[in-house]
Amino acid sequence: MMRFSTLMRRPADWMVGGGPDSHIVLTSRIRLARNVQSFMFPGWARKDERQRSLEEIQPMVAALDQMQDGFQTELSSLDKLQKQVLVERHLISREHAARGAGCALVADRRQRVSIMINEEDHLRLQIIRPGLNFEEAWSLADSIDNALEQQLDYAFDNEWGYLTACPSNLGTGLRASAMLHLPGLVLSEQIGQVIKAVNKIGLAVRGLYGEGTEALGHLFQISNQSTLGEDEPAIIERLERVLTQVVGHEDNARAKLTEDKPTMLADQVARAHAILGHCHILTSKEALHHLSMLRLARDLGHWNCPDAALLDMLLLEIQPAHLQLEAGRELDAQPRDAMRAEITRRRLQTTPAPDTCFSKSPGTGASPRNAKTERTNDE
Amino acid sequence: MKCDLCDKPATLFLTQIVNGQMQKVNLCEQCSKEKGVTDPTGFALADLLMGVGTSETIDQPSASAVPLEKAAADPEDARVCAHCGFSETDLRRTGRLGCPACYHVFRSGVRQMIGAMHRGNRHRGKVPARQLDEGVLSERLDDLRRCLAEAVKEERFEEAARLRDELKRMQSTPAQ
Repeated sequence: MMRFSTLMRRPADWMVGGGPDSHIVLTSRIRLARNVQSFMFPGWARKDERQRSLEEIQPMVAALDQMQDGFQTELSSLDKLQKQVLVERHLISREHAARGAGCALVADRRQRVSIMINEEDHLRLQIIRPGLNFEEAWSLADSIDNALEQQLDYAFDNEWGYLTACPSNLGTGLRASAMLHLPGLVLSEQIGQVIKAVNKIGLAVRGLYGEGTEALGHLFQISNQSTLGEDEPAIIERLERVLTQVVGHEDNARAKLTEDKPTMLADQVARAHAILGHCHILTSKEALHHLSMLRLARDLGHWNCPDAALLDMLLLEIQPAHLQLEAGRELDAQPRDAMRAEITRRRLQTTPAPDTCFSKSPGTGASPRNAKTERTNDE
Repeated sequence: MKCDLCDKPATLFLTQIVNGQMQKVNLCEQCSKEKGVTDPTGFALADLLMGVGTSETIDQPSASAVPLEKAAADPEDARVCAHCGFSETDLRRTGRLGCPACYHVFRSGVRQMIGAMHRGNRHRGKVPARQLDEGVLSERLDDLRRCLAEAVKEERFEEAARLRDELKRMQSTPAQ
């Protein structure tokens, strides 16, 4: 069994990046909600009942083939900071971290799979894959679900499918979501229209950090809302169709930015690299913005980042709980900002400066298209 | 998340089900105090946002602005799930259920809620193999055949191909 410290040292394999369309889609995530027929839903169950359901469910989950040599823990055995770190790693939800006794997490060694026991539902199975790759995520979720249903009596209704604590998850219990990096659409002020259009088709758009168009780090999450009335492939296909379109719009917006506003882009990218490599005080907000600009430069072929996982790892490491875990104690905002600066400085000072010549005539420099093809060939 | 009445960060999140319609309001600390929000079940959210009486026009025309009075007259409101003790009032208050058996007890209440939440009102996805008895299997096969015919008729061929594969898979599944 894996220890907490080992889990923290190893990056999840999706953090290392790659995968289809990974210059815009960071991750694809599938979540299934499942419940056991004989137990009350966790939110309504008393503590002792929740403990009983946990004792029945956890060993079965931990014994799954896919979870061998993985990590498992009851949340009550973790301190506040450790729980917060798991939230920042997307292994448990904020709601799960806030719950008391009778809750557990089981994750696989590579952190592709995390299963929350007694969150809002008895089981919340989550798969995260890098890039736009729902096919792999769904097939893994489906196979784990098949293995679990042989041992657990799932609560199921012929008319309403898998029964969940909240009726908004009835039917398939499936939530598919992608995390997207959309600096082109934000900087060209088209993001509002895109959000509106996506909402209209019944999909939800959220800023990963912060709401709406003010999403920090230009990071957005798009997911299905309806879980009843269609089968799983149909839900995933609609989402994928929309995501492919959003990726196309973002590609165009980036191309147009390099053509129309090369100086603005050069300024922002050069500042980002300089500030992250030299600052001594860095707030989350500022860090997220500059990391986004560096990511954009990299994905446009204008920054030769020596380590493919560098930006994704930084995104995790500079979060409050990760900083405090690294420091080994609780820190207020001010020392956190200093420590955040120290980390980005250490990581970025030795990297080459970005190529800020965005105004190259076509054919002489890395156009977004070329940059994308090169990246795909590398994989 | 911002407060619905001013631009400060919201700290209070209310969800209310009135006659099967879900309403959500997010408030900051100050506004929630000014509006006297102490008991979220004691008022209609629409009234809070748009002045007293508006909820009548937002809900069904005949809906009462005071949901609790209306609720008391509803026979299902007095119902309690024998398995877990959850009541219709709890459902209205939380928007959630107490246990799987609650779905049988509060069937009509839930049916009203899911209309606004989902694209359909019938499950078409995966079925746990152990629960796939003869009756369910034949029902699902009929369902799939009907969708397939519709898809072909409307020339949605990609979907038709998928449904055909699903139908084949289901036909080869032995019923328990």
